[in-house]
Amino acid sequence: MNETSLNHCILAIVCRRPEKVSGACPTFIAASQEEQQNICLLLARILGGIVHDLENGVYIIVKH
Amino acid sequence: MKAYLVVILVGLCLGFVDRCVMLRNDYRHYPTYPHGHLTHLAMGFIAAGLGAMVVPAISKPDYVAVTFLVLAAQEFRNIRNMERESLGKLDENKLIGRGQDYIEGIAKVFEARNYLCMSTALISSAVTHIWSWPLGVVAGLVCILLSLKWMAGRQLGEVIEISRGKLHFAGSLLMVDDVVIMNVGLPATREKILAEGLGIILHPQDDDARMTLDNIGQRMAIIYDVVSILGSKIEINETELHPMARKNPDKGYLALFIVPNEPDVESLIDIVKKVPLLESAQGIGLSSLAGRKAAD
Repeated sequence: MNETSLNHCILAIVCRRPEKVSGACPTFIAASQEEQQNICLLLARILGGIVHDLENGVYIIVKH
Repeated sequence: MKAYLVVILVGLCLGFVDRCVMLRNDYRHYPTYPHGHLTHLAMGFIAAGLGAMVVPAISKPDYVAVTFLVLAAQEFRNIRNMERESLGKLDENKLIGRGQDYIEGIAKVFEARNYLCMSTALISSAVTHIWSWPLGVVAGLVCILLSLKWMAGRQLGEVIEISRGKLHFAGSLLMVDDVVIMNVGLPATREKILAEGLGIILHPQDDDARMTLDNIGQRMAIIYDVVSILGSKIEINETELHPMARKNPDKGYLALFIVPNEPDVESLIDIVKKVPLLESAQGIGLSSLAGRKAAD
C-alpha cells in the first residue's frame, strides 16, 4: 500500500491574531492561549506533525 | 582419496569453527537474528568446504577445479545482498531505523567473514598437506585468532570523548549546552523533555573523528544503538520526542538528545562509546598530506 503524506511543509497554523498570518495554509484562530495550545496538540496528534512556536503568538504544525 | 581425506577434513572443520566463533548475536541483533544463524552456519560450512578443496585440487592436479572459487565469490556476494535486503525491509517497520550505512556495514561484514572462513580452511588444509594434521590444526587456530582480531572493528569510543550535556530551552529552541536541537512548541512537551530527557556531547579527538561525526549514517547508527538498549518514548504520531544528534558547526562536536525509557546517563555514555565506527563514515582527511597541512 502506497502512503502519501506532506512532509516538510506547514500543515496548519494556529494563532490568536489573524493579521499575523496570510496565505493558503489552513489557519485556526484561538481565543486564548490555553485554547491555542489545545488546538495545536490535537492537530499535531491528528496530522502526525510537530508543533513549532514562532515566538510571536503563532504556532505551526509541520510533519518532518 | 584417502590421502586427501585428512587434508579436507582438517580444513573443513577449522573453517567451520572459524565461522561459528565469528557468529555472534547480541543486544542489537548485530550481526544476526536468531533464525539467521542456521543460514550463516550453512554458508560458512560451504565456504570452509571450498577452501579445504583447493589444495587437493591443485595437487591432484586438477587446475580447472580451482575455478569454482569464482563461483564461490559470486555466492558470497549474494549473502551481502540477502542481508542488505532483509535488514532494509525490517528497517521500514522500525520507529527508529538503523539507516543504510549501518546495514551496508553489517552486510559487508557478513560477506567478509565467509572469505576469512575460506582462508582459514585453505591455510589449515595446506599446512596439513605439506606437513602434518596437528600442525594444520595449529595453523587453523592461529587463523581463527587473526580473524577475530581483524573482524573486531573499531568503536566510536576510540575516537571521541563524551561528556554530559545540559538540556535547556532558549525560547522555544531545545538546546544541549550550546547546540540547537529543534524547536519545540508545546509547553507540556518542553516540561516532559526537561524532566525525562538526556543530553550528551560527543567531542571528536581529531579532524578525522570530526568528519566521522558529520556523517548522517554514523549518527543514525548511534541513535539506533542507544534506542535499542535504553528505549525511546517516541510514538507514531508523537514525534516530538524523536532522538536527535546535531552538531556545533564551528567547533565540530555533536550533541545527542533522547527521551529514553530508562534515563540513565552513564549507560547512555557507555552505549555510545561501543557504537561501531562505520567503515563508510570514517574520516580519512588526516591520511592525506593536504589534510594534515590544513589541520595544523
